[in-house]
Amino acid sequence: MSPVISVTDLTKRYRGGVTALDRVSFSLTENRIYGLLGRNGAGKTTLMQILTAQNFATSGEVRVFGEHPYENERVLARTSFIKESQTYPPVRVHHVLRAASLIHPGWDEEFAQQLVDDFRLPSRRNVRKLSRGMLSALGIIIGLASRAPLTFFDEPYLGLDAVARQIFYDRLLADYTEHPRTIVLSTHLIDEVSELIEHVLLIDAGRLLLDADAETLRGQVLTVSGPVASVDEFARTGTELHRVRLGGTARATVRGDFGPADHDRARTLGLALEASSLQDTVVRLTTATNGAAPAITGATSKEAHR
Amino acid sequence: MEDGRPIFLQIAELLENSILDGTLAEEEQVPSTNELAAFHRINPATAAKGVNKLVDDGTLYKKRGIGMFVSSGARAKLRGRRRDDFARQYVQPLLTEARKLGIDPTELKHMIDTWEQAR
Repeated sequence: MSPVISVTDLTKRYRGGVTALDRVSFSLTENRIYGLLGRNGAGKTTLMQILTAQNFATSGEVRVFGEHPYENERVLARTSFIKESQTYPPVRVHHVLRAASLIHPGWDEEFAQQLVDDFRLPSRRNVRKLSRGMLSALGIIIGLASRAPLTFFDEPYLGLDAVARQIFYDRLLADYTEHPRTIVLSTHLIDEVSELIEHVLLIDAGRLLLDADAETLRGQVLTVSGPVASVDEFARTGTELHRVRLGGTARATVRGDFGPADHDRARTLGLALEASSLQDTVVRLTTATNGAAPAITGATSKEAHR
Repeated sequence: MEDGRPIFLQIAELLENSILDGTLAEEEQVPSTNELAAFHRINPATAAKGVNKLVDDGTLYKKRGIGMFVSSGARAKLRGRRRDDFARQYVQPLLTEARKLGIDPTELKHMIDTWEQAR
């Protein structure tokens, strides 16, 4: 299967010496939901801008649907990019939706209207008069109803309450199930999306820190606590990401290829065992390396193929 | 879904539990991958992986074009397998904790008898 996106040694330097992306390489397989994670300023938005021809690479190769995205109608017509703070001309909501339907060949008008109802969006109101949350809902509706084979959601829910976010996740999942497509979801609300995403890309300080199957990652990062000697012994079987100590007791977060036998071993050592959520794992990986240590992408992709 | 283990394993275990307690009878159709994904709010590929695990070990079988069904004899087989896990999952931690508290095996057996009678 040919990848939907392939990126090789992508680097982006802004004037003033800021390196937003530093030799990033990865590829995205068709019809999966990807989580693009990382702290503010990590380079996520720059990456999505380059992939959607809204920004230029300093060096490196970018291929979307096998082609260069710049001024390429074949690529851009199949792409939908929902930005964090999209602005619209001062027209009514239904005019914005009409315009979106003309741009996107896969547009489903019935689905769009159903989403307008779900999010209780006043379709005759001028977009200038919409609240922040309503504007986010409008972006989400366009992103979903466009049914683009490649859809980016860049922090799409500023101002959206928990109920509206859940509506978004549920509609996304249901529509993706019926109409599989490639979705890239960039978010800080990692816990909320951790069970929707199939694959994780973690960017930190412009570098790709993690490129791993979400299920493979789950259970790979464990936090053990107990007597220091036992913690030491268990930590030897993996990569230690974090440790705190209190007298003779320690708590360590360890990454490794753990299975049920390792859980038994920890218990036999008298250790309390806790699996890390995806959010914890991301926090630990991001702080453990602090942008200075070598990326561990190679190791994880090897693990994913095992 | 919670507990940090791969979700597909949790999905497989939930289906196993339904078979063990009779909610899913042998030769009955199991929910589709898409139904499982929507119900548990998980990625459909993950749900499919959980179902396929049970197909691979013979708990479920596929009727082409119709869906997945519980195999005959699946319940007895699952019970056997779960009994093997029981010692590891429950007895071992029980003994570890008892040792920490200075409860010897005789006392522990006595405790189990007392609790069983009080049920």
